[in-house]
Amino acid sequence: MTIHSVLVANRGEIAVRIIRAAKALGLRTVQVHSQADAGSLAVKLADEAIDIGPAAAKKSYLNIEAVLAAAKAAKVDAIHPGYGFLSENADFAEAVVAAGMKFVGPDAAAIRLLGDKVAARQVAARAGVPTVPGSDGRVSDLTEAAAIVSRIGFPVMIKAAAGGGGRGIRIAHSLEEFERHFPQASAEAAAAFGDGGLYIEKVIEKARHIEVQILGDGTNFVHCYERECSLQRRRQKVWEEAPAAGLPADVRKRLCDSAVALARSVGYSGAGTVEYLYDDASRDFYFIEVNTRIQVEHPVTEMITGLDLVQEMLRIAGGQPLSVSQDDIVIAGHAIECRINAEDPHRGFMPGPGPVETLAVPEGEGIRFDTMLFAGYAVPPFYDSLLGKLIVHGADRDACLAKLRTALAGLGISGIPTTVPLHQALAADADVAAGRFHTRFLEHWLETKFAAPPSGTREVA
Amino acid sequence: MSKAEIKSPLPGMFYRRPSPESAPFKNDGDAVSAADVIGIVEVMKSFHEVTAGVDGKAIRFLVDDADAVMAGQALAEVEA
Repeated sequence: MTIHSVLVANRGEIAVRIIRAAKALGLRTVQVHSQADAGSLAVKLADEAIDIGPAAAKKSYLNIEAVLAAAKAAKVDAIHPGYGFLSENADFAEAVVAAGMKFVGPDAAAIRLLGDKVAARQVAARAGVPTVPGSDGRVSDLTEAAAIVSRIGFPVMIKAAAGGGGRGIRIAHSLEEFERHFPQASAEAAAAFGDGGLYIEKVIEKARHIEVQILGDGTNFVHCYERECSLQRRRQKVWEEAPAAGLPADVRKRLCDSAVALARSVGYSGAGTVEYLYDDASRDFYFIEVNTRIQVEHPVTEMITGLDLVQEMLRIAGGQPLSVSQDDIVIAGHAIECRINAEDPHRGFMPGPGPVETLAVPEGEGIRFDTMLFAGYAVPPFYDSLLGKLIVHGADRDACLAKLRTALAGLGISGIPTTVPLHQALAADADVAAGRFHTRFLEHWLETKFAAPPSGTREVA
Repeated sequence: MSKAEIKSPLPGMFYRRPSPESAPFKNDGDAVSAADVIGIVEVMKSFHEVTAGVDGKAIRFLVDDADAVMAGQALAEVEA
């Protein structure tokens, strides 16, 4: 491999995950951190740690100059961006390469192309991937937009071309609502993303969120089957599975093949995810977007395929061809991941940072807990609320659910609120057990089956 | 003259503006009423409004926009 060292430009559980993968490959690891993260597990585990600025992410983890300066000072061969922060920032990827290092991910051109949601939709369509009915590209004026929505029917989503991760989306149920939202959405997108471009998609009701993991080395392209992430709250994934429960084999094949076709059409290099909406009733799937990074929920794929996706990313960045061919990748059993957040599900998911007093982690075959926690660690308030991911693997979905219930009972985090009680309730729910859910299932379920008293302060976003 | 402190209900990042391009909710010297929003605390990517909680003739901020704050820290004082 052409790389011998890697800098981790991220924090939290994914930084720990990347350090472990890099160490397994014999790489020297350098962890950058904000002043709020000086005592983090990633800092303790890495061979070297470099302070890159104050707590605010804008001044540290999102500060390209500071990250590059640290990388140059530490003389690393590569930078792994993790997820979030700079992971899908094409300018950063370009700057890393210009500074003579490898960016662990696709090249800047691919990030830029697939990061523009309108361009990505066109790439998908050209590769033969079905897209959600909607505008062919950006729509600039309200008259043109109104004509499109009259054709595809309501409800429709108004999406920011530069958005993603569930941000910059508005739903309109009528023309009147649409005409009111459209100018606001454009102004908001311009403010939030520096790009007021919008596009329109029909809302697929009761759709499931299914995504396909892809790997490419620029020449060879494979899929690692699908993940289902339908259980979401405020468009944030809460619980993920692999494979998708009850997905017919012929649909699975078409879905996964379409993701590979898309990867091949852009000469993809690295790990990526092609996201789809799937309509159970019609068995149709529709492209949504491509994420050009490792995803939070990647472990469920690792559990059913035996692959180590982060090691694979590092090897690809080091110039090696894919270590597996498509025939080597098979689904074994079923895996579920629960995102454990520092939020109180009984108080409107109010975040609760602070010190962890005790930590008990369940162990056993097929049980994995990816985390940055340790007893005595103070969870800072400045970043997202993800504390860790409990991932369980079983011979089939029922066995997996049974093991998950035991594992959740064995996970003890004291001192701060966590979403463990939410997952315990989901793991005991009959509809969840039957795989009867869609992307709007969880919010309704929370209102009707998981009564939460109102929280003290009012949340505004 | 009596003064009241407005304390942060949560730890996190304190913002004096609804968005980076907007004008501040309140400027030093402004009058406030109890229900007025004086800032936002961002904790773990969720945003919570802070209201004045008291009526007053003039507010004076004790922390800057985008400063890290602790739960219970005084954000501003209000002259009754």
